Amino acid sequence: MKLVYLKKVRVIISLTFFLALLLLFLDFGNILSPRYTNYFTFLQFIPSAIKFAGAVSLSAAGFILILALTFLFGRVYCSTICPLGTLQDFFAFLSRKIKKKKYFSKTKSYKILRYSFLGLTILSLILGSMIFINLLDPYSNFGRIITLLLKPFVIFVNNFAASILIQNRIFFINPVGIFYPTIYLLLFPLTFFSFVAYLSLKKGRLFCNTVCPVGTLLGILSKYSLLKIDIEKENCIGCKLCERVCKAGCIDRENKEVDFERCVSCYNCFTVCPSEGIKYKLRFPGKDKKEIPETDFGKRKFIVNTFSYLIAFSGITFAQKKIISKLPSKIKINKKYPVSPPGSLSIEHFKDKCTACHLCVSSCPSQVLQPSFLEYGFWGMLQPRMDYEISFCNYDCIVCTQVCPSGAIIPVELKSKKLSQLGKAKFIKENCIVYTEGTDCGACSEHCPTKAVSMVPFKNNLVIPQVTDEYCIGCGACEFSCPVKPFKSIYVDGNPVHLTAKKKELKKIEEKVNYKGDFPF
Amino acid sequence: MERREFLKKSATVAFAIGASSALGNYSNLFAYNLISQKIPYDLVAVKGGEPDVMFDRAIASLGGMQQFVKKGQTVVVKPNIGWDVSPERAGNTNPKLVERIIQHCFNAGAKNIFVFDHTCDNWSRCYSDSGIERVVKSTGGKIVSADSESYYHDVTFKGGRVMSEAKVHELILSADVFINVPVLKNHSSSKLTASMKNLMGIVWDRGYWHQNNLHQCIADFSLYRKPDLNVVDAYLVMKRNGPRGVSREDLVLMKSQILSTDIVAADAAAAKLFGVEPADIPYIKIADEMKIGTMNLSKLKINRIII
Repeated sequence: MKLVYLKKVRVIISLTFFLALLLLFLDFGNILSPRYTNYFTFLQFIPSAIKFAGAVSLSAAGFILILALTFLFGRVYCSTICPLGTLQDFFAFLSRKIKKKKYFSKTKSYKILRYSFLGLTILSLILGSMIFINLLDPYSNFGRIITLLLKPFVIFVNNFAASILIQNRIFFINPVGIFYPTIYLLLFPLTFFSFVAYLSLKKGRLFCNTVCPVGTLLGILSKYSLLKIDIEKENCIGCKLCERVCKAGCIDRENKEVDFERCVSCYNCFTVCPSEGIKYKLRFPGKDKKEIPETDFGKRKFIVNTFSYLIAFSGITFAQKKIISKLPSKIKINKKYPVSPPGSLSIEHFKDKCTACHLCVSSCPSQVLQPSFLEYGFWGMLQPRMDYEISFCNYDCIVCTQVCPSGAIIPVELKSKKLSQLGKAKFIKENCIVYTEGTDCGACSEHCPTKAVSMVPFKNNLVIPQVTDEYCIGCGACEFSCPVKPFKSIYVDGNPVHLTAKKKELKKIEEKVNYKGDFPF
Repeated sequence: MERREFLKKSATVAFAIGASSALGNYSNLFAYNLISQKIPYDLVAVKGGEPDVMFDRAIASLGGMQQFVKKGQTVVVKPNIGWDVSPERAGNTNPKLVERIIQHCFNAGAKNIFVFDHTCDNWSRCYSDSGIERVVKSTGGKIVSADSESYYHDVTFKGGRVMSEAKVHELILSADVFINVPVLKNHSSSKLTASMKNLMGIVWDRGYWHQNNLHQCIADFSLYRKPDLNVVDAYLVMKRNGPRGVSREDLVLMKSQILSTDIVAADAAAAKLFGVEPADIPYIKIADEMKIGTMNLSKLKINRIII
């Protein structure tokens, strides 16, 4: 294959991943089946690595494939699989179409900066926190940008169109709720998005070579790639074209060198070179050690990093034993723990594995999964929680467990999900309508799928809710449906470690019906 | 409720535009369908057949669906689709019955038939898992979401003791014929659910009912628009753990059905079938007192059919 075709292949693959993920994150009508999600999240580096560290399995081996590809061809991940990379390319494309500045130019290496970000990320992992992973992972950031910034806008347009159609008795589009638990949640995604957009408009892929820990890690590995892009000094006519199209700013035409560590494998250079002056060259690691003095430093760093990662990954499952911080005290209901989604095993497991990409938030048909602010504590910021103010967990639904790419929510069978106790309902009699108003209500018991909340006799022929802990699965149907304001009379307090509820054993009702007999009236 | 407020926010801006012009169409709120006066029975009770067969027999004895639906009319069929459970759990109205009612309406010349319910569980899952979405589509009806406040409009009505206004789904406001098709079930809040309770699925703010004397609200709201026909599905009846049910062990196969234009009589007969006295269900008793209908079945002309 001629090298000029590589760019086309790259563009096709990147658009496929980008559009698929975009649709998956935007799918507010839950039209797309969660079955296909894995095809596009399997290769996402950070979620896959986190999942693998949690449970070694083939379904989590996507990041190994990426490592192998990087070892062969360099950072192909950055220009094909990574949706944030493609988003930046989109901005760069725009800036070149609209603005006068049509060309990129060589940028500084910023080696210390990017190694620092990678180091910080690894250090935080060793200390047992996902915070830097969550803040810096390109895939998760892309997910948040779409879920928190773009999706509400798309839903708004949908609702506007629906409202016009409804007035004309056309029920083709359904209005959907837009939920914003708190404005603070927007601060980070908005800042991040502005930052990335600005950098990509001005400097192409500078973000990938300064901040992104995945880019840096793969960059270190790509120094040892089997095939590297390099300038063919005999063929190069010094025309500068390759440097002008290089988004990563890694081509130094004057010295006829390519800093392959920073190359994102976009293959733009191949398409413009008039003289076959830039090529993929086979190179054996270590062969030109003397030529590049930095290699030693990089190698050492690489080894250190690899081991750090291994230690970190094996460590994260045990490292974090912190108590989850309590909710702000202004809420009178005293929830000790937030509720983590079904399949997340425990709050700690969830916090340790979740990269906060918000794919579950986007996929949840009930919209009960919402990004948290401080519910999991500062270090768990943005990780999703069950928000029973907004909705409740559908008893027969396991969509979130099917889409999670990082193993924070492990796949569970519907049968075991129905017995997975995420928390327990707590009843506050003094808030209850039956107690305060002396009238029937029972909305909580009505919605309870296991009848853990049942109605028991109260005074004046009334019935009042009663919770049987062992049947409760903490789905939040009772809390959501309780009509009392502002503080509900029933709420779910999360289980720090998910438990298994007991199945209510029922005997068949013995009632003989005489189908030929008379009516009772 | 938070959810309500959120939905409100999202919908208000869009809804405000042109809302006034749309509302202008609802001046004929009380233009009830003119039912021909020749309906031979106040109430029909059927037993011993499949839901569709029982309905065929019952509606024929009332003079056919053309008694209720005229050519070119728009019909709303309102089953109970409140829960994300399969038909064999009987948490929702039997899809075979819904299907047959729609067929009868089309045969009588209905132009449009709409089906919806303000569900408790996730609406799209309720619609599909109940089997009702499938039969509505296959018979040519339209199944419509009721999951956003933007579908609902403020209405007022007279005679209620605690309730005089509500937000009602706009299809009810614009329909010529309203057929109420509840499923008979035990109910943890209201003790029993059938025709009157089923009307909770055409309003937006159910929390208000729960907060303001549920039984009285159920009775009061029946004053707003009495269905032109009530069809109570008592084929498979949830005897306990209602309204959602925990398992199939909660059910009894009763193979029965009740049809009546009197919503209170329909519920009274349903209560008797269920095995409770109508007067023991507060909202039936209240509705009888308020003369919304009668729970005194002995006064009615009843056709009893055993298949």
